[in-house]
Amino acid sequence: MEWRDEGLIIGIRRHGESAAIVEVMTRDHGRHLGMVRGGRSQRMQPVLQPGNSVACVWRARIEEQMGTLTVEPIRTRAAAIMGSGLALQGVNLLGALLRLLPERDPLPALFETAEIIASHLDDPAMGPALMVRLELAVLSELGFGLDLTECAASGVKDDLIYVSPKSGRAVCRAAGEPWRDRLLPLPDFLAATRLEAGASHADVLAGFALTGFFLERDVFGPRGVKPPEARRAFIAELQRLGSGQSLESLSGIPLGVTA
Amino acid sequence: MAERVAGPEIERLIQLLAKLPGLGPRSARRAALHLIRKREELLGPLANAMQVAKDRILTCSACGNVDTRDPCTVCADPRRDPAMLVVVETVADLWALERAAALRARYHVLGGTLSPLDGVGPKDINLDSLVSRVAEGEIAEIILAVNATVDGQTTAHYITDILSHLNVKITRLAHGVPVGGELDYLDEGTLSAAIRQRTDF
Repeated sequence: MEWRDEGLIIGIRRHGESAAIVEVMTRDHGRHLGMVRGGRSQRMQPVLQPGNSVACVWRARIEEQMGTLTVEPIRTRAAAIMGSGLALQGVNLLGALLRLLPERDPLPALFETAEIIASHLDDPAMGPALMVRLELAVLSELGFGLDLTECAASGVKDDLIYVSPKSGRAVCRAAGEPWRDRLLPLPDFLAATRLEAGASHADVLAGFALTGFFLERDVFGPRGVKPPEARRAFIAELQRLGSGQSLESLSGIPLGVTA
Repeated sequence: MAERVAGPEIERLIQLLAKLPGLGPRSARRAALHLIRKREELLGPLANAMQVAKDRILTCSACGNVDTRDPCTVCADPRRDPAMLVVVETVADLWALERAAALRARYHVLGGTLSPLDGVGPKDINLDSLVSRVAEGEIAEIILAVNATVDGQTTAHYITDILSHLNVKITRLAHGVPVGGELDYLDEGTLSAAIRQRTDF
């Protein structure tokens, strides 16, 4: 068995004295593990860092085996990531979110999104908002996608400012007014009709609150696991950046996924 | 299956030697034979040294270093600057910095790094004792000498965070071109870090 693909490194573990077990999110083969011989050598250690993109060749005798990976760097981002607390927590969160997905399930759109996020992790104007979108995409892949295209009550497509915690569907201002205390706020940049909207600091935090509610209820809770520490740390780092800081517009970002 | 060529005592010695870093079953067999051949001048003294080490080695309650006394030789050394504390991941890192003899400071051994993948959280490494040491007020500068890996730097940022309420200067090791390194062979990330952290010449 052999395949070649592009992958984003999301995790590394030591294996024996000189090898490493590397976890990559690949374009056509999903999240995949493989052993890299000599992965702990001085030459390979800078390459085998989370956030780096690599060209991988996977080989195994039979498909069920973990197999071995040989990797060549395509884009090394680790040094830039290490320079920013937000990026460091972001790369940990990126790995934790992708790890929720089943192994070896090809998800090219999610791969593209993860690649874009990895390239913008050290940019507070883009990275956090993209991460919210990734969380929505992960929920969707796991079968718990939110419907943010139209109002669940009236069917209108404008002025969507709430999400029903029960159905995960958007609710417009008028229909949601009587129940506004029970509804979750929908930030502008996530509403399907307002994808061109910029994401303010408060919007991004509201986005994390929204995705956090559904991740907890539909993913972490049923699996009996706590939300990843990286998520709390990433949001804390974002809050530390200060509510006075406005995040630039996200328009024009080729996300590959939508809510 | 290959027949045993030695008694269970020797087999046991080979099995234990094979667990040492850098030794596989074949090299463990060679090491065992070498020890057996040099029974008086090597095997006996080695066994004694290992017994003494087992009985007397302690972990320093102040810094986490290993020594035969507590506090360890490094912590008890009055010539070291008590205002400077170097935070390292492992005892091996402490020894490496001591070999370099670049500074006369005290150390704090974390015993690992935060690693979400391996489930290592803040409670699993020596962070509480670090905060207590710094809170005593004698330390003016902390040098974060952790590995230039994502886990190492995540730990460094976490330490900076938990010490932010204390009046202490926090620095970290520079990232860049190693001595003897050729630019052509360095990865792009290291090169960009070296450019960003360039110094006056």
